[in-house]
Amino acid sequence: MSAFSAIGEGQEIDQNEYTPGLEPQATWCPGCGDFGVLKALKGASAELGLSPEEILLTTGIGCSGKLNSYFDSYGFHTIHGRSLPVARAAKLANPGLEVIAAGGDGDGYGIGGNHFMHTARENHDMTYIVFNNEIFGLTKGQTSPTSPKGHKSKTQPHGNAKEPLRPLSLSLTSGASYIARTAAVNPNQAKEIIIEAMEHDGFAHIDFLTQCPTWNKDARQYVPYIDVNESDDYDFDKTDRRSAAEMMAETEDALHEGKVLTGRFYVDENRPSYGQEKRAIGEMPEQPLAERYFDDSYEWERSADLFLDKHK
Amino acid sequence: MTNNELIWRIAGGSGDGIASTSQNFAKALMRSGLDVFTHRHYPSRIRGGHTYTEIRASAEPVKSRGDGYNFLLALGDSFARNPKEGSVYGNEEIKPLSENLDELHEGGVIIYDSGLLDASEIDDFDARVEENNWHVYDIDLRTMAREQGREVMRNTAGVGATCALAGIELEWIEELMTDAMPEKILEPNLEILHNAYNKVLDEYDVDEHDVKVPEGSHDEEQVLLSGSDAIAYGSLDEGCRFIAGYPMTPWTEVFTILCQNLPKVGGISEQVEDEIAAAALAIGASHAGVKAMSGSSGGGFALMSEPLGLAEMTETPVVLIEAMRAGPCTGMPTKPEQGDLEHVLYTSQGDSHRVVFAPGTVAEAYTQTRRAFEIAYEYQIPSIILYDQKLGGELVSVPASVLDEEPNPSLGSTLTEAELADAPHDETGKYSRFQHDVEDGVSPRSIPGQKGGRFLATGNEHTPEGHIEESPANRVAQMNRRLQKKEAIRADLAAQSESHQTYHGPDEATYGLMTYGSSQGTVEEAVDMLTDEGYSVKSLGVSDMAPYPVDEVSEFIESVDEVLVVEMNATAQFRGLTQKELGQYGEKLSSLLKYNGNPFEPLDITEGFKTKIVEDGELSGPETKFVPAAGD
Ligand SMILES: Cc1ncc(C[n+]2csc(CCOP(=O)(O)OP(=O)(O)O)c2C)c(N)n1
Ligand code: SF4
Ligand SMILES: [Mg+2]
Repeated sequence: MSAFSAIGEGQEIDQNEYTPGLEPQATWCPGCGDFGVLKALKGASAELGLSPEEILLTTGIGCSGKLNSYFDSYGFHTIHGRSLPVARAAKLANPGLEVIAAGGDGDGYGIGGNHFMHTARENHDMTYIVFNNEIFGLTKGQTSPTSPKGHKSKTQPHGNAKEPLRPLSLSLTSGASYIARTAAVNPNQAKEIIIEAMEHDGFAHIDFLTQCPTWNKDARQYVPYIDVNESDDYDFDKTDRRSAAEMMAETEDALHEGKVLTGRFYVDENRPSYGQEKRAIGEMPEQPLAERYFDDSYEWERSADLFLDKHK
Repeated sequence: MTNNELIWRIAGGSGDGIASTSQNFAKALMRSGLDVFTHRHYPSRIRGGHTYTEIRASAEPVKSRGDGYNFLLALGDSFARNPKEGSVYGNEEIKPLSENLDELHEGGVIIYDSGLLDASEIDDFDARVEENNWHVYDIDLRTMAREQGREVMRNTAGVGATCALAGIELEWIEELMTDAMPEKILEPNLEILHNAYNKVLDEYDVDEHDVKVPEGSHDEEQVLLSGSDAIAYGSLDEGCRFIAGYPMTPWTEVFTILCQNLPKVGGISEQVEDEIAAAALAIGASHAGVKAMSGSSGGGFALMSEPLGLAEMTETPVVLIEAMRAGPCTGMPTKPEQGDLEHVLYTSQGDSHRVVFAPGTVAEAYTQTRRAFEIAYEYQIPSIILYDQKLGGELVSVPASVLDEEPNPSLGSTLTEAELADAPHDETGKYSRFQHDVEDGVSPRSIPGQKGGRFLATGNEHTPEGHIEESPANRVAQMNRRLQKKEAIRADLAAQSESHQTYHGPDEATYGLMTYGSSQGTVEEAVDMLTDEGYSVKSLGVSDMAPYPVDEVSEFIESVDEVLVVEMNATAQFRGLTQKELGQYGEKLSSLLKYNGNPFEPLDITEGFKTKIVEDGELSGPETKFVPAAGD
């Protein structure tokens, strides 16, 4: 019997079940794109019939990191940039958990960029949502890694001299096996993409465009948007790495020319997740490790029995 | 020179197999009934560079490296001979024979490989030999090895010659080589061993010197363990099944041992992108219900500072291992020092706190690592094991019974789903994970996936349910509760049947020596030597760095007139901690410090004690530094 009976139940659930009683009304600024992520995440979780207690949502620090306060589940609001390493270890410790990590563009592409690259490379079975508002929201609007070139802020008063980072391309080269971009203004597409990401067996990265009306005034509301999978103007194969790479490059360029391209950019259903890879080489147990600590019949190994002979 | 012990130094090039040869030799001596202690010296590179290992063997307990050595086996440094790199290596070639030659005891024995080394390159070699009554055996080990197999086997030839000269029975070595070597190389090695042994017996009078292996016997079975082994095995026996890390000398040893052994017990090891990730992974695994650890050396531990605070604030149990090496910065990667005490105690913002143990011996490394896990999981607080390259790398004979202990996989203060059903929740169904008023400040945790246990873990100040909140009343209640754990742990440690602090010497004495961590054994040897010389002195080796054992240390200091605090760093960090914790005795505590990259030898301490505490003299050299007590 599992010590974690919330896991894998599958149930009818209303999306309001994810609304915490204590602070039901999120305190993001009016018009903030972060509301869109919350709504889509609730919708997706309900549609998948996930119990709030089988979800572990980890976040970083930022306006985006507040997601944990407004989404009722097991939560770990970590430190700036570190939601991914916490999340992926939890998944290894108990693969039954539905693990979602989330954070801002500064959090995930800047201070936590190294973890982003490596978590993607390792293809951990989890979903990663980056609230990309092209700005540092919480700390009052400084330039972020995705701020466009020339963007003025209090810390770059003469305009950003740097080219923005290319999140989709970086994700692809790093090794993510599901890569999508959606936007807060497109709640239905966002929900569908989150559902696909959660169902995907591997690292699913969603670059989620979230407008920040408070600090990023010269940014658009990310409308109108075009779904590249549906539009006849775009023809590429999202299962082909090279084709996907071209489409991503075009999408990243287009954003700063005022054109918002969204959709699924890369999907590799064949690549084994990190957990599968580790099990295949005998470096991860078949049973969730966390269960063992609640299993009274488990015979715990002793160093004296296993390892001392070679020291005699 | 001492007749009752063999201090055998094997010296050669890094990459020449010194480590494995010396390990086998130490084990052979241990099996023959002796207590052994090894001291390693190696440069921070893979191949080339002078390296040596000293093995001290005696029928009596040995707790430290010796003072100098009485038997030298100088192998050539094969990498120093690369002609293309001549300019890089400089005079490296002769180093196995020349380095620290003055530390060879009077009447000591030298075997050197005349196939590779030319003693005439050493200044006044013959005169020094004569003056010190050294016995020199120049044997062409290289050719001997070449004739049988390969040149690298000259180590074996050297061991064979050593056995002949020191009176060690070959069967001990044979047995070990048979255990340790693959078939293919075993035969030629055994051949070489015997040839060298017989050749020395034939050609030399082996009794012209008196450096002989002592005879001993053990009451119980021994194992040859390093501090790194002990930390790794202590972790496994405490049910740790998850490690995340990033290599850094000397922490890499513990990391490697666990990476190799964890899969064998269904555990998980992860080499990750950096130390921030490593600590964060350990926290994530622990949060999800697995006993987990990480670790590093000074520089990597610095990167863990913020995750460490996250573990403290979210009350996620985790054990971190800090293997000190000489700093600041990259410092001297392969050299021991005890200079990270303050770093480990005080890093991370705010009124943060944690448990820190600094074991003094290999056996203590095992028991204190286990205790560190127990406390971390019981009290939901990070625990740190602070040790150094010296303790980590020293191979010591330890009774096998030390590790003959039952495993303890308990997750500590957690609840089952059944218990959660009766536990307090808020009106919306969130579990009150961080309750204000709980015994010892410990509020049991739930694990993600458990029904009825959901809560938010956050590094922000939070309410009992984990909701972020900054109200003064909640703030004070939560701060006080978290800080209360420290006092509960202090009381818990004091109530244990065995203290982590180690006393040595007579009950009553005029003077005290105090130290922390890995210098303990050397201090105890110094106490024995001083006692033999008629001084009234005893010692205290402290392991509990946080919470500090205020009562025990006060009592020790009260019981003597003066205390010399011995530690391997330049700024007397342990003495500083002691004064801060005790708030007095500044006028009673002086310091003997060493920070030249080499651990204390017993004579460093006896000299410091005699010239500075008993008399008002000068230290003989710059190897150690004396800092007087306040007001002196
Ligand atoms: C180590 C560290 N550095 C800096 C900060 C301050 N800080 C908090 S959030 C943030 C940037 C947030 O930007 P982003 O990640 O894009 O999130 P957003 O607020 O836009 O959602 C910074 C710099 C911090 N909390 N920790
Ligand atoms: S500052 Fe920007 S990102 Fe933050 S809540 Fe307000 S609108 Fe949203
Ligand atoms: Mg942002």
